[in-house]
Amino acid sequence: MSELFADLTPERLRELLHQMLLIRAFEESAEQLYLQGLIHGTMHLSIGQEGSAVGACAALRPTDYILSTHRGHGHCIAKGARADQMMAEFFGKESGYCRGRGGSMHMADVETGNLGANGIVAGGVPMAAGVGLSIQMQRQDRVVLVFFGDGASNEGAFHESLNLAAIWNLPVLYFCENNQYAMSMSIARASKVDRISDRAAGYGMAGVTVDGNDLVAVYRETQAAAERARGGGGPTLIEARTYRWKGHSKSDKQRYRTKEEVKEWQDRDPIARLARRMIEAGLLSEAGLGDVQARVDAEMAAAIEFAKNSAEPDPATILEGVYA
Amino acid sequence: MSRELTYAEAIREAIDLAMARDERVFLFGEDVGVYGGAFGVTEGLYQKYGPERVRDTPISEAVIAGVATGAALTGMRPIAEIQFMDFITLSMEQLVLQAAKLRFMLGGKVAVPFVLRTPAGAGTGAAAQHSESLENWFVHVPGLKVVMPSTPADAKGLLLGAIEDPNPVIFVEHKLLYRVKGEVPEGYYTLPLSRSQVKRRGRDVTVVATSLMVQRALEAAAQLAAEGIEVEVVDPCTLKPLDSDPIVRSVVKTGRVLIVHEACKTGGFGGEVAALIAESEAFDFLDAPIRRLAGLDIPVPYNRELERRMVPQVDDIAAAARRLVREAC
Repeated sequence: MSELFADLTPERLRELLHQMLLIRAFEESAEQLYLQGLIHGTMHLSIGQEGSAVGACAALRPTDYILSTHRGHGHCIAKGARADQMMAEFFGKESGYCRGRGGSMHMADVETGNLGANGIVAGGVPMAAGVGLSIQMQRQDRVVLVFFGDGASNEGAFHESLNLAAIWNLPVLYFCENNQYAMSMSIARASKVDRISDRAAGYGMAGVTVDGNDLVAVYRETQAAAERARGGGGPTLIEARTYRWKGHSKSDKQRYRTKEEVKEWQDRDPIARLARRMIEAGLLSEAGLGDVQARVDAEMAAAIEFAKNSAEPDPATILEGVYA
Repeated sequence: MSRELTYAEAIREAIDLAMARDERVFLFGEDVGVYGGAFGVTEGLYQKYGPERVRDTPISEAVIAGVATGAALTGMRPIAEIQFMDFITLSMEQLVLQAAKLRFMLGGKVAVPFVLRTPAGAGTGAAAQHSESLENWFVHVPGLKVVMPSTPADAKGLLLGAIEDPNPVIFVEHKLLYRVKGEVPEGYYTLPLSRSQVKRRGRDVTVVATSLMVQRALEAAAQLAAEGIEVEVVDPCTLKPLDSDPIVRSVVKTGRVLIVHEACKTGGFGGEVAALIAESEAFDFLDAPIRRLAGLDIPVPYNRELERRMVPQVDDIAAAARRLVREAC
């Protein structure tokens, strides 16, 4: 295989393309279902960031852990979760991954190593050091990858976690999805350094910035970091530069950015980019791409049906799960 | 078989026994290693178990709580130490928003079995930022357990019980109890959490007290016994989830109750105990109003005399109990 696709086989690439399309379909469905009043609460859509979620998780093994963020639907799918149980969780149903208790911001699939999304910015970052220590002390051949945004890199807990992981040489991949905005605050206004990955030097760990909309590039850097961590080389701070096409959440009027800026990033769509490269390399046909999309559409339709038809939690169980 | 140990020695012995018995148990926090802990509680454990299982951390209370949570979530049994309970303010997000809620938020699919030990309390002249008793903040958080032992034997058994417990446990030690001696059984034993203990039997008045205040209540009870007043002392041991039955039964018997704790009165644990008594069948048996004796609503002062006056002393407890007994019948 050419350098263009790292060590990813055509089969694997089609699988990853499928995952990215499934994430986008999931997010688009979620938005529609919300407008129809079938989902309540709020949601943080990751449309435009599929390349970083799928590229990062592609470099992990099923036994590796991830910790995710409030914008975490993509991470969940990329780590191997099923769209139907995710959608059921979104509907607040008993068949959902968290039995309807968590919803969008706490989506988790422990079976696939996803220890959960998080409603607190940088909430998963300190925990990641604990998971890393657990792996190290149990002599497991695992790594933990913690997703967080550019906003999280300004939380105090971020500093404590990176410093600890560095001094203890923990197998933690700190994966920053720099989507340019912490709600309305741009990273340019929130940080004096140009690259978030430059902060790695302050902890004595490796740091790298990568184009988050280039799945293969993300995969390559994450794989290198994972290999280093498995080999006892300690943590890495990876900054994947990307962009969220939608607002922060449901209430965002997007006064802080221009339509032109959004359009510019939409032209760098991570899905179209991989599909085009695969077609150009002869690894995918237009018809083949259509097949993948058709599969995704069917999967989403089934997921929504599953969620709609699932039972509500029994109110008699309301106290369950507070204590083990 | 038992022998006399201090409260600090009893805690050390519990950690030692748990680490010897279970590979998953490890101890970490600020200066717990070579230094032996700020109060000497963990002395010798570093030499016995080495730097991997007895870990010094940087001064990073948020990530200490995060490490406890993340490691517990993935198969370990961490014992974290927050050097002074005051510093737990810096760990709140991970404890309250993560550790406490993870199991519930994830539909009951995970558990977070860790113990976070922390010394609380005034009386050391360390002033307002090294003397706090913040236990009731955690009592207010579903998903956390809060344990406050008052004797060396309880400290050992409850700590081992807390380490075996599959939930996050905030284990509040009292600095002035560290040197207090008591009979402690040898070997491994656990005391169940959420079990209130009657520390002294009496028919005239119930004193519900926590931590150091249990010791002071027992001293006050001895004084009052000489005056012919029989005090029953109940120690909840675990504040959350609370075993309320022994408290209610005691008040049904005595008809009078004084609740004593060191933490500030307003919003303190005493209010919760008073409310549960008022809501229970014991209400009809009350011969006098429910009384609380607690820390003054002020930061802990540095001056020796002001500090002493901030916290209930033996004489204060005796006076309050005496007043209660002589009050309306």
